[in-house]
Amino acid sequence: MTLILDEYSLLAVYTAMGIYTLAFVMFAIDMAKRSTSKPVPVSVGSHRRQSDAQTAVATLQKTEPPRQPSRYKFERIAFSLVVLGWVFHAAGVALRGMAQGFVPWANMYEFALISSALIVGVFIVIQWWQNLKFLGVYITGFTLITLGVGTVNFYVPVKPLPPALDSYWLIIHVIVASLGTALFAIGAGLAIVQLLQARREAGKKSLALLKTLPDAMKLENLTYFTTVIGFVFWTFTLIAGSIWAERSWGRYWGWDTKEVWTFIIWVIYAGYIHARATRGWRGTRSAWLAIIGFLAVIFNYAIVNVFIPGLHSYSGL
Amino acid sequence: MSRPSDHIDTPNVDEISQPALGVSGYLRFFWRQLTSMRTALLLLLLLALAAVPGSLVPQRSSNPNGVIQYFKDNPDLAPILDALQLFDVFTSMWFSSIYLLLFLSLIGCVIPRTAHHLRALRTPPPKTPARLERLAGFSSVETTETDAATAIEAARTLLRKSGYRVRVFDGPNLSVSAERGYLRETGNLVFHTALIGVLFAVGIGGGFTYTGQRVIVEGQPFVNILSDYSSFTPGRFFDESMLPPFRMVLDDFSVEYEQENVNALGFPIDYTADVSVSIPGEPVSRGTVKVNQPLPLLGSDVFLLGNGYAPRITVTDGEGNVAFTDVVPFLPQDANLTSMGFVKVPDALPEQIGMIGFFYPTTGELSTGALTSIHADLLNPLLTLNVYTGDLGIDDGIPRNVYQLDVDGMTQVAGGNTGIEAIKLRPGESAPLPNGLGTVTFEDANPAPSVAKDYADSVLRFATFDITYDPSRGWVLAFALLSLSGLLIALFVPRRRVWVKAIETSDAVRLEYAGLARGYDPGLEPAVNDLQQRHRQQLNIKDT
Repeated sequence: MTLILDEYSLLAVYTAMGIYTLAFVMFAIDMAKRSTSKPVPVSVGSHRRQSDAQTAVATLQKTEPPRQPSRYKFERIAFSLVVLGWVFHAAGVALRGMAQGFVPWANMYEFALISSALIVGVFIVIQWWQNLKFLGVYITGFTLITLGVGTVNFYVPVKPLPPALDSYWLIIHVIVASLGTALFAIGAGLAIVQLLQARREAGKKSLALLKTLPDAMKLENLTYFTTVIGFVFWTFTLIAGSIWAERSWGRYWGWDTKEVWTFIIWVIYAGYIHARATRGWRGTRSAWLAIIGFLAVIFNYAIVNVFIPGLHSYSGL
Repeated sequence: MSRPSDHIDTPNVDEISQPALGVSGYLRFFWRQLTSMRTALLLLLLLALAAVPGSLVPQRSSNPNGVIQYFKDNPDLAPILDALQLFDVFTSMWFSSIYLLLFLSLIGCVIPRTAHHLRALRTPPPKTPARLERLAGFSSVETTETDAATAIEAARTLLRKSGYRVRVFDGPNLSVSAERGYLRETGNLVFHTALIGVLFAVGIGGGFTYTGQRVIVEGQPFVNILSDYSSFTPGRFFDESMLPPFRMVLDDFSVEYEQENVNALGFPIDYTADVSVSIPGEPVSRGTVKVNQPLPLLGSDVFLLGNGYAPRITVTDGEGNVAFTDVVPFLPQDANLTSMGFVKVPDALPEQIGMIGFFYPTTGELSTGALTSIHADLLNPLLTLNVYTGDLGIDDGIPRNVYQLDVDGMTQVAGGNTGIEAIKLRPGESAPLPNGLGTVTFEDANPAPSVAKDYADSVLRFATFDITYDPSRGWVLAFALLSLSGLLIALFVPRRRVWVKAIETSDAVRLEYAGLARGYDPGLEPAVNDLQQRHRQQLNIKDT
């Protein structure tokens, strides 16, 4: 039974990957079409700039209600595919969990599965707040790489839960860490677009499609908001992890490699929040910190788990 | 000065005129540099960077064996890294300097900001700007249904109820100025102050902690005194009288193995250590220690860290005397508990005997012919012993590691290249030692009377316990949670100002509404619109 469920789970994941691939292609076509077609008049006043430069307050005005269907046909198709793919993706996670009888995030493969599912999930949900579908290529691309590496390099068959992980803190600690990762991923994507947009606004040569995207200041605010929520999740991850470490290993903090990197990531993002409040750092410079922070998150997952020995070596590889 | 001069919300004043600085001037200059946002940012990024080597080079605090191994593998590089304190990154001079400077900068920033905030809490909202139409969420409505005084009074009540601090101005036009979100700065200050609290709790509380490890074989007792620990790490202010008096016997250690999932047969799924605890003046109590489930004992906690096998070995020397009989904990070398152990028989006559043993709970063979364990349970146990004779090197008072055998002064007589095969024993078996040195017996801990030999319980298990006392952890947690709640407030409570102005025109009253965000505040305009709606509703002003 266990093995059959695991096979169905894998099948669902492969199906999701197929659909995400289609979505990726559609998003790419959408981007290409935006580059070639004549620029759609975008209301530049999508937010009002405070003439008072000292407070530099950007007040967001939603010129387009977020639920209004997007102007771009391929973007609409692609986003529908993402939702469909996510249904299979979530089914894959659920079946894996049923196969082993506990939450499916106890090794590298499962963590790849759940964190990418949460990234796509947050990407879908966030559209109700702001239209960020222009990140589709980035999100589906990133998810495909994560799932690809996960299924090919990290896959392990269903195994019992090691006693060291047998704790309800596993549920809390990992799910919050994954949610934080998802928000950091979206924040980094926004920061990348922000950098490109700032380049264009500075009059440098740039991609034509950027004209169809929000301006740099709006992107900066979106980056900040996503990243800051991610930072709260990360802070909680750190605290929850310490409590669990204290229950499991008898000390709440021991500078284990994973703890070191969780700390480094926390400090980088604390730096990002400070940078944004420092004159001369808001904008491009702080955006780089959001990107560096997310690179550290990826390093923490992909490199630290696999190559650096430590107490968190639960890759199962 | 409320905020650092380079904070984005501080008015940008170009200070070009530079008066000559005296000593106090320089001090003030350095203090301002240290407490500036840019310095804090730089120190934060430095801190992140400085922590990186701590994950790449093994650390004495978390991985002492890794450090020893690193010295063996890189004999030239290791002393250089050691001189740079790279094996103790988190207690090193340079790492400490960074975080101490960071906290100094933090304190230097928090104190004046707290003072300023306390003043701000008592300061009423500022005067209504002359022209509201430049501000966010501006809207206006003309009405004849009400007069200015009623409208402003209604707005004042509404804003008050929504948690705003309000102040009415007569000015040229009647208006109400409202401000909310002082909690945002409070949260910010709580967050930073609580971080200082975490640092102090760790720094001071950490001095009163201790942690010790002890290997206990089934049936053996442990007494909570310093000399009964295998290893012990005290905090700075530790005193032996801090050890609570108790005695703990490991009654039984059991492991449950996966038996159904063919992908994970033999995978350990549960470890249970049953102990009985005696405390002076109290009856003996029983307790259980599991992974993730420590046993609280008189303020300390007992954790289960590891386990393995401890074969009972008896050696009779060449003169027929029992020279050695004891359980010997064998240290696991892999997940299937292929284990290595050392037997030292200093009392053997005519010569001292040393043995290096391997224990395989379930014996299997690699393709090279070497033995290995293929299951962690006792299904087919085997003990192999390489035998040495000569001087064990323990008579001259030099302390020796019990988990090592120094064979420099000894001659190998069995196993390896001696031409004599290593001794192989199953539980209950004996074998003669070469050269008439005597005999060695692998005692069966559970001699079964039946013929059908089942090896269950034939070898005792041992468990490694960690006994920890840390009075600071509650404080650290409290400060961490305080800091998290401060963070939530600081990030998500919006700080905004809202104005309602009533301008009396010749035949009507024009009501103007506007707001000002202090920081990123996507909810400001909806909030102003909402206020306008409710205000109009209250005054019965219809849509025009």
